[in-house]
Amino acid sequence: MNPTADVIIIGGGINGCAAAYYLAKKGVKNVIVLEASDSIGHGGSSRNGGGVRQSGRDVRELPYVMYGIKHLWPGLSDELGVDVEYTQKGNLRLGKTEKHLEKLKTLADNAKKVGLDVRMIGKEEVKEINPYLSDDIIGASWCPTDGHANPLMATLGFYKKSLSMGVKYYTGAEVASLKKIKGRLRQVILKDGTIFEGEKVIVAAGYESRYIVRTVGIDVPMTRYFDQALVTEMQPEMFPQMLGTADANFYGHQTKHGSFVFGSDCGLEETMDMPLNEMKTISMTLPSSCRAIEGYIPALKDAKIVRSWGGWLDMCLDGVPVISPVDVVPGLILACGFTGHGFGSAPAVGLILAQMAMEEETVVDMSALRYDRFDPYQ
Amino acid sequence: MTDIQEVLNKIGPYEPAEDDHLLVCRCEEVTKGEIRKAVHEGMFTIEELRRYLRCGMGLCQGQTCGKLVKGIVARELGVAVTDVTPATSRAPMRPTEMEIAGNDGGEQA
Repeated sequence: MNPTADVIIIGGGINGCAAAYYLAKKGVKNVIVLEASDSIGHGGSSRNGGGVRQSGRDVRELPYVMYGIKHLWPGLSDELGVDVEYTQKGNLRLGKTEKHLEKLKTLADNAKKVGLDVRMIGKEEVKEINPYLSDDIIGASWCPTDGHANPLMATLGFYKKSLSMGVKYYTGAEVASLKKIKGRLRQVILKDGTIFEGEKVIVAAGYESRYIVRTVGIDVPMTRYFDQALVTEMQPEMFPQMLGTADANFYGHQTKHGSFVFGSDCGLEETMDMPLNEMKTISMTLPSSCRAIEGYIPALKDAKIVRSWGGWLDMCLDGVPVISPVDVVPGLILACGFTGHGFGSAPAVGLILAQMAMEEETVVDMSALRYDRFDPYQ
Repeated sequence: MTDIQEVLNKIGPYEPAEDDHLLVCRCEEVTKGEIRKAVHEGMFTIEELRRYLRCGMGLCQGQTCGKLVKGIVARELGVAVTDVTPATSRAPMRPTEMEIAGNDGGEQA
């Protein structure tokens, strides 16, 4: 007999592991997670800047992101039994020109309409909040309830906790196809021929989700983008805020460990032509990132970089993910296209995916993230 | 394909050992016991261990402890050292100041 589960989750990243945890917490006994690579959190889950922010987001994402920050992130370390290093000390999105400030103000005004406390602040207030920043900065948007966390610990924390609660994990389990039986999704077939059977299947496999759901006639309009990050040696404690810029030159923060983690690019990443399982960095990105960071935080010019790395983003056509049951394939729930900002929302998304799998009402309305929202424009 | 639960059952629970206090990763001060214990919590790959414990993530990037960690993991899992995939090496080769790294390419070069 094939291994059978109430819910099969394809993708052992933070969304998949979080969904597994919340399902186990709800008392679902038989949950299987299939990870294609050898390591849990091999994809974007471990290759991001650790931002847990609401500001700067599309309004369609705000309800669930705000839910997660209010209800899930604050207690997560205690709940998972590992320190996820959640720090809620605000997000500064910095501007150096009037044009930058206009862009930030538009984002802030939109977020305010849905109830987020985010406001524009001037040069002096920026300096008061963070004295290490460049004098060229003329203003910023400030969201005091934003913050950051450790994506490595959060991902592995969901994994470790759910594993101890009885979730079954398989690594090196690459999915080839899905198969419907009598009109309902039932089978998950691996490349090595192994067949898993489940009542519900959650696909949360980044860009590769496309290849998986295509086998049951579904596609999500996505492109892929290679993004890079770097980490410095330990520095004295400097500032706790998450930083970003209006121009998206870089983003990052100081970790609990003392190192700084920054994500940035050189402008050529969009043309990276290599397979999704390769993650070689572009040699021009690291120096470009250093120049960008120095331009905003001159105090870090002597900080030594110890490592750089890269990973693939699954960029949805309209900039927000698909988080949705797929009506035309009963039993399928899809979560992909996180467009480079899926880490901060992961606990909420995990909970919502668990609710979707249990056919419960979700904690917030998710209809703006449906899979069938993409219409031809003419 | 690796069935994590099956491997955990096979290797049994973590048993404390006399030399568990030994510092294996000097940069990040990670002990042998911490590494052994993490394996029994489901961290089977060097990639996961580095993220979970920071072993090999410090200034030397595992140039000193990389082999030792591989050996400990292999023994704990009961597999050959050659079956444990080493960590990915990444730029820069040596810790480099941001100002120096930033001189490479771009208008300032």
